[in-house]
Amino acid sequence: MYKIIRKQVLNPTVTLMEVEAPLIAKKAEPGQFIILRVNEDGERIPLTVADFDREKGTITIIFQIVGATTELLNHLNEGEFIHDFVGPLGVASHIEGLKKVAVVGGGVGCAIAYPIAKKLHNNGCEVHSVVGFRNKDLVILEDEFNAVSDVMRMMTDDGSHGTKGLVTDALKELIEEGNQYDEVIAIGPLIMMKFVCRLTKEYNIKTVVSMNPIMIDGTGMCGGCRLTVGGETKFACVDGPDFDGHLVDFDEAMERGTMYKEFETKKREEVCNLFKM
Amino acid sequence: MPNMSLKKNEMPVQDANVRNKNFQEVALGYTEEQALDEAERCLNCKNKPCIGGCPVAIDIPAFIAKIREKDFEGAYQVIAQSSSLPAVCGRVCPQETQCESKCVRGIKGEPVAIGRLERFVADWHNAHSTEAAAVPAKNGHKCAIIGAGPSGLTCAGDLAKMGYDVTVFEALHLAGGVLVYGIPEFRLPKSIVQHEVDNLKALGVKVETNVVIGRTIEVDELFEQGFEAIFIGSGAGLPRFMNIPGENLKGVYSANEFLTRVNLMKAYKDGSDTPIKKNTSVAVVGGGNVAMDAARCAKRLGAENVYIVYRRGEEEMPARNEEIEHAKEEGIIFKTLNNPVEILGNEHKFVTGIKCVEMELGEPDASGRRRPIEKPNSEFTLDVDCVVMSIGTSPNPLIRNTTKGLETNRHGCFIADDNGQTSREGVFAGGDAVTGAATVILAMGAGKTAAKAMDEYIKSKT
Repeated sequence: MYKIIRKQVLNPTVTLMEVEAPLIAKKAEPGQFIILRVNEDGERIPLTVADFDREKGTITIIFQIVGATTELLNHLNEGEFIHDFVGPLGVASHIEGLKKVAVVGGGVGCAIAYPIAKKLHNNGCEVHSVVGFRNKDLVILEDEFNAVSDVMRMMTDDGSHGTKGLVTDALKELIEEGNQYDEVIAIGPLIMMKFVCRLTKEYNIKTVVSMNPIMIDGTGMCGGCRLTVGGETKFACVDGPDFDGHLVDFDEAMERGTMYKEFETKKREEVCNLFKM
Repeated sequence: MPNMSLKKNEMPVQDANVRNKNFQEVALGYTEEQALDEAERCLNCKNKPCIGGCPVAIDIPAFIAKIREKDFEGAYQVIAQSSSLPAVCGRVCPQETQCESKCVRGIKGEPVAIGRLERFVADWHNAHSTEAAAVPAKNGHKCAIIGAGPSGLTCAGDLAKMGYDVTVFEALHLAGGVLVYGIPEFRLPKSIVQHEVDNLKALGVKVETNVVIGRTIEVDELFEQGFEAIFIGSGAGLPRFMNIPGENLKGVYSANEFLTRVNLMKAYKDGSDTPIKKNTSVAVVGGGNVAMDAARCAKRLGAENVYIVYRRGEEEMPARNEEIEHAKEEGIIFKTLNNPVEILGNEHKFVTGIKCVEMELGEPDASGRRRPIEKPNSEFTLDVDCVVMSIGTSPNPLIRNTTKGLETNRHGCFIADDNGQTSREGVFAGGDAVTGAATVILAMGAGKTAAKAMDEYIKSKT
């Protein structure tokens, strides 16, 4: 059992939790993920490590309430326990030697992009952050990004905060202004990462994306998380979650992500009704 | 006078058309009368060839003699001297190629039903015994076991009985390994596995779930933590695919994923949080026990047509005869000598069919089995909405990639000698992690051998 020591509502659909998991906190690096089960009969879901504190022995997760399990998780409070919490899984992001990087985050993906931006910044790398949200109510981690970025571009779809437009608009501008990036790191919805990659391909800038497909065990056992990268089948859990974005078959990944959509929608309604009673 | 009937007492089973709609155990187990009658078939012969056929060398005639005396607890104690998981082995061991294949009664007629008797004894013990296991006196030495599957649990049990302080590390949230994620409830009820794990805990074995060795903790850190010998029983869990077009369509599963969803995550239960696709027609590709398990699960989940697609003939299938027969009785359709070449999908990328070619058998290949050769112009399509790939697994690379000095072969299996000793001092390995995918009992045998070697190793150092 893993104790929730801090819970913070970041926006109406996104929650942060700091969880006691000393063994994982000792090892975790940006880019890695954990798998949790909320309760005894719960499903296993992967969540990326948003932050870690080796001394306190805690792992921070940030999740969007999208399905039954995240709904249940969101109903837990400080002092309560998550049944299972395992990790750190996956390969940590490779950021050694990078001097100038554009970090692109979309929506809750910013929760994963932030620790990477922070580590880059701490390593002395010049960080240009481009973060995008649907509207101002959904913005998360703005101050945190500001603190670790040399250049910061806030974008919203409706212009209610920052500049109106897509992250690709801002990234294109930065590139056109003459910024030479060693690498672009893009983390967010698949469709966003697909279009970021399409853009950076034109400029021939290496782009790394973080994939978050459906998974069960997270150790290479089930193969449910497989993706096509450069024509080869890869397992996101052990080969990733970071991949060369120019090689990822995003269309296939988007299709695979919808496999249980109907089940999920129904299940979440059931869970919501449970809490309404 | 021994019972000279040429036939075994038949195993009572659930009717095929009832059981293919539920997940309750298929084989119901002998009654006391049947067990006594079957025990009378053992001639208690001098040579005891059956013992040589058992990977953990259970004194089979001795436990059967105890059954004849109606001393069922005594029979259990005989088995327990050699096996830590009798209720499991009585169910899933391939006795027909092991102990029973050596039984002299098998020369003329059927051998003694050793497996069924073992199961009877273990179930009797679990139902009647109230005595708590005596906790052995501790010898002050610590051993770590990686993986709570058949080899790891066996190794842990034996070491605990010798007085070692044993900790088992398990990556999943539940101990049991393939016994809980792979073998379905109807073949091995999970309560039995839990009971065996509880027995080990009663012996003082600590089980740490949610710890991935190679990620959460590395092998070298275990030594730093004071573990003097380490056993790796991490199994062969990495699924293989065929690399044919369409394998990433929605509705294509590895057998591991399909079975894990159904068994470990209990997707077969109404109200489970873990989804599984509801299908009308399922093709399971492969001919092993795992393929049979997947096919029979698919049938129970409500699929109308379930096919086993296998590129060789039924003779060449690696699955146990009993599993093949049970599958057939339950209505699984066997498409042998057929090889998939492509999986077809609709515009939403859901599976709609599997394109196969017919095969014929040529000369024997390296495995000794006749090599399947494609028949020209024999392509055809089976309409299915789900495909389960059950063509084997390889060992997980996590430990070998994070541990220095551990040698592996070209298949990624750890190299270990007959005692389980790896290329690294103090590190032992066994089960599928060494042999590649094999059986529960062979893994248990390896765990047992390694426990003995670990004991000798630690003693030699102190």
